[in-house]
This record gives sequence, structure tokens and C-alpha cells, in this order.
Amino acid sequence: MVNADVKYLKFKTYLNTYCPHCKHTFNFERKDEKWLVFKAKYKEQDFELKLSPYLDVFDVQTTVPLNEGDILSDLKCPKCRKSLVVENTHCEECGSNAAELIITAFSKLIPFFICLKHGCNWHGLTKADEAKIKLKIPRQDMPEQDMKLRVTNHLEVPYGYTTELAQLEAGRCLQCKEPKCVNGCPVNINIPEFVRLITEGEIDAAAKKIKERNILPAICGRVCPQESQCEARCIMGLREKPVAIGSLERFVADYERRMELVKIPVIKEKKTKKIAVVGSGPAGITVAADLQQLGYQVTMFEALHETGGVLVYGIPEFRLPKSIVAFEIDYLKKLGVRIELNHVIGRTITVEELLENFESVFIGVGAGLPVFMNVEGESLGNVFSANEYLTRMNLMKAYRFPEYDTPKPKAAKVAVIGGGNVAMDSARTAIRTGSSEVMIVYRRSRAELPARHEEVRHAEEEGIKFMLLTNPLKFIGNDQKMIKGIECMRMQLGEPDPSGRRRPIPIEGSNFILDVDLAVISIGTGPNPIIFQTLPDLKRNKWGYIEVNPETNETSIPNVYAGGDIVTGSATVIEAMGAGRIAANAIHKKLSGDEVEKDKSKDPELVIV
Amino acid sequence: MFQILRKQEMAKGSIIRFDISAPKIASKAKAGQFVIVRVNEFGERIPLTIADKDAFAGIITIIFQVVGKTTALMRSLKEGDIIRDVVGPLGKPAEIEKIGTVVMVGGGTGVAILHHVTKAFKEAGNFVIGIIGAKDKDLIILEDEMAAICDELIVCTDDGSWGVRGFVTQPLEKYLEERYDIKEVYAIGPIPMMKNVCKMTLKYKVPTMVSLNPVMIDGTGMCGGCRVTVGNKTMFCCVDGPDFDGHLVDFEELEKRNNLYIREEKDSLLFSIR
Repeated sequence: MVNADVKYLKFKTYLNTYCPHCKHTFNFERKDEKWLVFKAKYKEQDFELKLSPYLDVFDVQTTVPLNEGDILSDLKCPKCRKSLVVENTHCEECGSNAAELIITAFSKLIPFFICLKHGCNWHGLTKADEAKIKLKIPRQDMPEQDMKLRVTNHLEVPYGYTTELAQLEAGRCLQCKEPKCVNGCPVNINIPEFVRLITEGEIDAAAKKIKERNILPAICGRVCPQESQCEARCIMGLREKPVAIGSLERFVADYERRMELVKIPVIKEKKTKKIAVVGSGPAGITVAADLQQLGYQVTMFEALHETGGVLVYGIPEFRLPKSIVAFEIDYLKKLGVRIELNHVIGRTITVEELLENFESVFIGVGAGLPVFMNVEGESLGNVFSANEYLTRMNLMKAYRFPEYDTPKPKAAKVAVIGGGNVAMDSARTAIRTGSSEVMIVYRRSRAELPARHEEVRHAEEEGIKFMLLTNPLKFIGNDQKMIKGIECMRMQLGEPDPSGRRRPIPIEGSNFILDVDLAVISIGTGPNPIIFQTLPDLKRNKWGYIEVNPETNETSIPNVYAGGDIVTGSATVIEAMGAGRIAANAIHKKLSGDEVEKDKSKDPELVIV
Repeated sequence: MFQILRKQEMAKGSIIRFDISAPKIASKAKAGQFVIVRVNEFGERIPLTIADKDAFAGIITIIFQVVGKTTALMRSLKEGDIIRDVVGPLGKPAEIEKIGTVVMVGGGTGVAILHHVTKAFKEAGNFVIGIIGAKDKDLIILEDEMAAICDELIVCTDDGSWGVRGFVTQPLEKYLEERYDIKEVYAIGPIPMMKNVCKMTLKYKVPTMVSLNPVMIDGTGMCGGCRVTVGNKTMFCCVDGPDFDGHLVDFEELEKRNNLYIREEKDSLLFSIR
């Protein structure tokens, strides 16, 4: 009964539905864009069935006017008088009697159920059939730039879904009653709901649904590690591939932006209290947007000359176009957030001074101190930290040198040390500068690569070589103190370490020299010291990051909150946003709570007077 | 946006002085600290040491030598023009205490910064000996200002066109030989000069601080481009410096790292001329 070829049904197609016995076409009327009306006669009475044309996504509803106790067992084709009822069954919604009909669309048999209870209105597929059919729809990949073409430019690699592709992909969602994906999301976006809205064509509403929880969907859709978060929990992933939640999120956000559907909310109640947000990365943006919308006056301080933090200095243009970041920042400005560039907190202004002028301070400065390997030759010419390499390329736009003044680091053979997203970004940036050979040098195996799967796949497609199970020992320079090679050692995997990844063990005597003339070290970051230099009271955890109360994200200094990489160490955009939201809620609770308390303290005084 | 309030050409236009309106930076700046400047949308970020400040008027002074694309571009700016980004004060301030007799050695444009630190040393109550040098008479800057602060001042030029003929190390050696009460030497200038000063003071075992000026991008410790090897440890000049114990600094490495982009610098200049 279940049809394997359903995926070929096209959207918004007029469904030519007819009797499976005599091929008599049923009287379907195209009443409006959305619904088809199926008219049938039963006991001299006219029936009206409303069908969604989006049968291929199985989102069917009805308004069948049935009376209690009515039986459809003799619903017959008006022409050949053969019964359309296959069997009597029960309703998925209310459990009462239902009939399974058989109709044909595009000469494919579609099992079709109608509930017999008056007023229930359920008609459609059983959940089990639906799930079986949905598994047959393949996961839709986003169209991408050609691999050979894209290494010659810095434009974004995936073009994103068309509406049709997005609806096809959204149709794969099983709409679980207890969705696991929502728990996999650090900010608990109502994923099934926004996906359902896509299938209904309500893309604007889907965008609003996401934005209830996540204000930066265009960015998170591009940079979140979905395969280890929401998509990892997707039930579809157990049997087939999970629903492409990230790509759908990105589609929805891009659609909203391109169609100019983003509206600036009216702030109902303006408050006099002022909030300082230090750092304009994902954590800071979330805090600023949340509190500004609640009516507070937010000022955001940024050390660099551009807002966005890691989104502008770290993530390359081909992965996250800077115009998208600029759009989100513009949204903040329209909300009324004040932005102060070129302010290094701890230098230009200290946190103490901020506390004099602001009720609360949120610190979201990021990790921002590159970690080196402390091996010989690390200060040779053309050895970069990934932070420096990417900052030059992205923030300073060195890839457009000499149009922009910052010189572009460039060499024929490039090695990137590390296996995370930043390493992939560096390697893919290097191949775009015209390097003939770019290698990723990583000491564990492919399975342990911490980067997003999509980034690893893109890197491989672009011709980046993966030197796995290889550990660099030292950098070798020429007489000009420029790097000419890396001495490396082969590794093998041993027992799992506390993080669950198998520990790499050196293979003695496997040393070899890798010829390179540019190296990028991408093995992580540490806490930036500036804020601690002028704020010695700020309590730090054992890794040197800021210690916070996990429920409020408040630090050891009252009214100073922190979140993002400066608390957790290098993590993801969405985790930073989640931390920002916790802090924003806590700040609001505390500040509005203060107001309530003051009001209470006023009351007794009034009584005494 | 930061406005240039005053522009002064020194040393036949090869050294320029800007007074820039930057009230927040001026209120915080201490001797030895620097700012990062980005002239316009297309500009690079370059570090420039704060040569002086007026916290009351909200003005900082920067003095720079025209050496590359960005400094050439800055020379073309006039009074009243705007510099897009100035961020600071960055770096740790110079450690200034009353210690007795100090020798302040400056070469070329380094004198601009030396002046600010010298002032601080003098105000702290030290006996200050200044030694400043340059290639020739035209390149000597801030001589009168230095003379006003220093208890003793020696001026030298490589060609002998002004003051004593020779390098700054020659009068320095004389002082180190004659005076036993020199507690510290503070040197700032071209890398070969600082290297030679440190070589000499090591011989006499006099503590020496140098102020380094490596290639820098963000100036907040984020990129690590400004790393220098000090006593076999990797230090970030922007957050751990810019002042370091001169006897521990690997000057050769610093010199090589600072010359990494000479070719690109030329390309960039040629591009803007075209």
C-alpha cells in the first residue's frame, strides 16, 4: 500500500485523483491555492472532502460533514459503483471508527483514512505509514558552488535551499509528539513547529517561531554543529539520515531577510536602567537584543573596529557572509542598542567604571588568546596562529590585498595544525589564496576530527590533504628565519581518554619532515588576560576562565555577568547565545525584582506618614 | 571618529606629529602605552606609541616616521581630518619608580616615546640622563623638550652634523664606565640600536628595559602576531609588553619578523600610487 515513489510528486501540482477501478475522475475542485474539494454522494447526501494539494508531504486536513454513527463502508465510485473503502480501522486522533479509502493520484495508490466520528475531522495517513513513506524521501542537500570554481573565490559555498527543496526536506519531519531534537538544541528552538510551518508555506511564521528562541538563525543555520546537537537526536536519523534542520533554519532566516519581512518590534515599556555589554560576539548580541527588547538601555562595547566578534574576525566570508552579520548588527541598532567601537574594557574603560554608570555589566569577550604548542621554531616567519591568519584574512580583508592595505599571507605549501572548525576555515582560506598544496595535520584519526561534518566534506572536496595521526614536533627554518618544514611523528590510537576520544600514542622512530612554507597553528585558545589585569577580584576557574553561577551566569562580582567562550573556553556560537540568554534573564529578574522590593519598602513608610 | 587637531612636520617631513582628539584614551594613557590606528576603511591596523597626552584637553600625541603605506597615507592627512579608528591605551604602562639614576637612550623616532617615559621618570624623582641620537642633524627630534626634562643630555649623530659624532652606545659606555650609581637603562629605537645597548649594559650588569614595536594587528592579545621570545618564553608584546627586559629579548628573531612584509608593503604603495 505504501508508495515508494512518492518523492517524485511535485509541489502545488493539481492532483488528478480518480477511482482505482474505473479511472473515473473524482470531482476535485480547485477552490483556492491551498485546498482541493472532493465531492462524493452517500445515501443521497452530498459529501465534501477537503484535501491539501501537498499530499506528498502528507499534511492533509479535512472538513468532512459526517453525522455520528454514519458509516462510509459503502462509499462508492459514482460511475462504476465499486466501493472505495478498503477496510474499517480506527482514527489516529480520537480512536473511534474510521474507514480506509483508496484513491489514485498520478496513478499511485494513496492510502487514505477518514474518521467516522462527527466533528473529529481527521483524515490522512496513519503515523506508521507516514513514517514509512517519509523514509523514502531522501535528505535534500543544499545546492553548492562547483568545487573547482569555489576555490578561486571567497563567495559562500552553499547557495541554500529553494522554497521547493525546503518544503520537500521539511516534509521528512515526522512531527514527533515528544520531539527529541528540541532537547538537543542549546536554546530549545521549537523545531517541529517551525518545520511544519515550512511545509505549509508559512515561512515568515516559521522565522518568527525560531526567533522566539534564537535571534541569529541565519548565522546558527550556517555555523552550528547540528550533527552533534538537534540532528543527532532526530528520529529519522535512526533509520535514514536526519532532517536537515540546520539547512532549514538557514533557509527560513534567509527568506525572511531577503523578502524584507524582518520587523523591528515596538518596545512597550522603556526602562531607565542601563546595561553594559562587553564584546559584540554571539553572547553579547543575545544579551543586548533580549534586554533592549525588555526596555532596558543597552550599550555594547567592542574592542575592534567592527562588531560581531568571532563572526567577523574568525569565520571566513565563504562560510558566513559578512553582510549577514552586518544585517544582524543593524537590527540591534534599530532596536536602539548603542554600540561603542574601539573600546578595550580593562584599558579604555574598566569594569569598575562601567559599574558606576550601568546597573549590570555582561562580559562576553570570547577566549581570545591563541594557544601555541611551545615547540622549537614557533616564532619563525610565516608561522601563524589561526587567530592571526584568520583575522588578517577576514577582519582586515587581506584576501583583497592590495585593495585593502593588510598584506595577505601566501605560500605554495601550507600546513594547518589542528582538526577543528577553525583549522578547516584556515585550510580552506589558504587554498583560496592560490596555494598549490594545503594540508591538515591532526594527531588523531578522521573519526575524532572535531570540525563540523560539512566543513570536513567541503575541505576534502576542495583538495585539502588530511595528514591524520600525525603530530608536529618542531618547525624548521631557513637562514632567513622563515619556515621551510615541520618535523612530524606518526601516531596510533590508544585507550579512550576522559573526553571519550582515543588517545594518540607516538610511534617511536617514525619521524619525518614535511616540506611547507607556511604553517597555521589551530589548536585552541586560552583566556585573554586584559580583563583580569584590571579586575583581580574576578574569580577564575581552574582553566583560568571566569567562574560563574551556572543558574544566573553572575560572576563573583555582584552585577557582573559573563558568558560565552570566556566562561567555557572555545565552544560554539549557539552555546554562547544560550549563555547570553541565561544572563539576560537573570539580569532582568534581578533588576525588575529590585524594583518590586523598593516599591514594597516604600509602602510601610507611606503608612507611617 | 578621531579628529587631528594639530599636525607638525619634524625632521624635514619624514617624522610627523599628530595631536588627536581622543578624550577617553587621554584620560587613561600612561607612559609606555600605545594605541592602534586604522586610518580608513581599507587601512591596516598599526601600533603607535603615545608620545604625550593631555587628559584635561582630551588630546593624545602620536609621533611617527614615514616608513610604509599607512604612515605615508597618514602624512597626507591635514589638520581637521578624521582618523577612522584609534583604540587604546594598550599594553602595560612602563614600570616607573624612584630608583635613583636612570639613563634614557633613544634613537630616531624612538625619542618621541622616550620623551614621555623620561618625563614620568623625572616626575618620580629620579636623576635622569638622556642620550638621544639620529642619522643626522635634521632627524634629531624633541631635543629642546628632552633638554628641559633631563638632568644631563647628550645628543649624537652618525655623521657628526650635530652634537657628538657616533652612535648612542659610545656615550652610554662612557657613563657606564664612570658612574656606578646607574640603576637602570631604558632604551627605545631601531632594533639594532636596542640590541647594541643591551649587549653593552649586559657587560656592566645594569638592568635594561626596552620598548618593542613588532608587527601587530588587534593589539588585545587575540592574534599572537606580535609574539617575541623573551628568555626562551613566548610573550605577546601587546598584553605582556611593550616593555621587556632587554637582556632576555631575542632581537634577531624580532628583526626578521618585522621584515616579513617588506615586499607586500611595496606592492601596497605601488597599488595606491597607480
